[in-house]
Amino acid sequence: MSSSTLELGSRAATPRAGRARRRRLTAWQRLISPVVILIAWQALSATGVLPDRLLAAPTTILATAVGLIRDGTLITATLVSLQRVAIGFVIGAVAALVLAFVAGLSRLGENTVDPPMQMLRTLPHFGLIPLFILWFGIGETPKIALVTLGVVFPLYLNTFAGIRGVDPKLIEAARTLRLSRAALVRHVLIPGALPQTLVGLRQSLGIAWLALIVAETVNADAGLGFMITDAREFLRTDVIVVGLAVYSLLGLLTDGLVRFTERRALAWRRTLLD
Amino acid sequence: MAAHPAGLEGLDDTGSRTEPVVSVRGLTRAFDGRPILDGLDLDIAPGEFTALLGRSGSGKSTLLRVLAGLDTGVTGAYGVRGSASVAFQEPRLLPWKRVLANVALGLDRPRSAAVEALREVGLEDRADAWPLTLSGGEAQRASLARALVREPDLLLLDEPFSALDALTRITMHGLVSDLWRRHRPAVLLVTHDVDEALLLADRVCVLTDGRIGHTAEVAAERPRHRDDPELVALRRDLLTELGVDAEVPA
Repeated sequence: MSSSTLELGSRAATPRAGRARRRRLTAWQRLISPVVILIAWQALSATGVLPDRLLAAPTTILATAVGLIRDGTLITATLVSLQRVAIGFVIGAVAALVLAFVAGLSRLGENTVDPPMQMLRTLPHFGLIPLFILWFGIGETPKIALVTLGVVFPLYLNTFAGIRGVDPKLIEAARTLRLSRAALVRHVLIPGALPQTLVGLRQSLGIAWLALIVAETVNADAGLGFMITDAREFLRTDVIVVGLAVYSLLGLLTDGLVRFTERRALAWRRTLLD
Repeated sequence: MAAHPAGLEGLDDTGSRTEPVVSVRGLTRAFDGRPILDGLDLDIAPGEFTALLGRSGSGKSTLLRVLAGLDTGVTGAYGVRGSASVAFQEPRLLPWKRVLANVALGLDRPRSAAVEALREVGLEDRADAWPLTLSGGEAQRASLARALVREPDLLLLDEPFSALDALTRITMHGLVSDLWRRHRPAVLLVTHDVDEALLLADRVCVLTDGRIGHTAEVAAERPRHRDDPELVALRRDLLTELGVDAEVPA
């Protein structure tokens, strides 16, 4: 009798535990194809089938990366690029949030702010580069402006939608608690709009990096984009790949930061998914 | 015409003849030209527990929203003396604030009052919980605590138990009854549940055609039992008023 209950218990437990173990056992399989690709790439380079001027060998790229870090080139270039993104992002984010709250909190604000935002949003903003160069020259300003422009729209649209999407029943309940307008904004509208705002933040950060790469590639005398363009002149594909890798690492890093913020700020929601 | 009989003022604890907390005269509210409330009169004395019954769409929630200051598109005279608090059908807690912070939101007295209010509704151990982790009954108790901590002169309850399961509802009836006896706000309970109205209220009003069409005084001793012969008789009358055939066994 007791053996039959045991058997029942183990039978119930097996599928789940077994599946987890099988997943662990098969996880290493996912490494096979990338490693094979790397080995093939290295082999093609070593045998000269894939010439250096098209794509450098993985080992060369690694050595170049170490060298660029040692002599400080990579660090300096990265810092210059980071600074452009940071300045452009902060200006764009502040503008987007202010505009979204002006539009979100009143009908007059919406009618004033939203139409031009909706019109400008449809402009292909990389197409503005020629104008930006005419307006701002070829220094830092057009690059920062391009990043700013890329950040503003997704963040504005999402924050505005987030404010308007706050459950009217909660706003009504807050009104019965005699909350002042400032308290309503602080306790109800900002936290209510936050999930959507963070979605916008992730989108804008993605676009910020993209805008920077485009701006730096078009013209620059410092930064990662300059390093890459400069390398192109000397057919240094190894340096180009290192630059691209740093771009994607930085993108991953900022995305991770937002996701970390999301987990902290939206803790009240996480329990819903668990 | 006034639905409020003069004798009710005797219910006031101090025994003094006080002005009503709620005073409504000729209140009319129309939606798209169709009047939902049509010349309604109603008085509620301090500390009086009034239940408002009506079929779905009869305008009982509309009246409550007017008294809560959430609907101003009305004609006629109405006034609430003192402060009003509302507990809605859905608890309407802010999901991004923990339970205690929800209760204390906009409160102009010390936070310890909010802790005490949570204790009163039996939710002190959930003070740090996120609202989304509460059961329906717990959330509704938090909502009651949020309304009561403001020590309102008028407590407006908009079908606060209708979304709860039957057993939780019974517990909540006891809780509301206790809280009312302890704090003595005037209460307007909007409900479609005749038994709930009879168990809790001093007076049950039926809203028909935009007015208080029928009023029943409930004199039975508390705590009440639904089998009390007085309540049974009143239930039959009220169901008839609501247009339900009371002869069909429930």
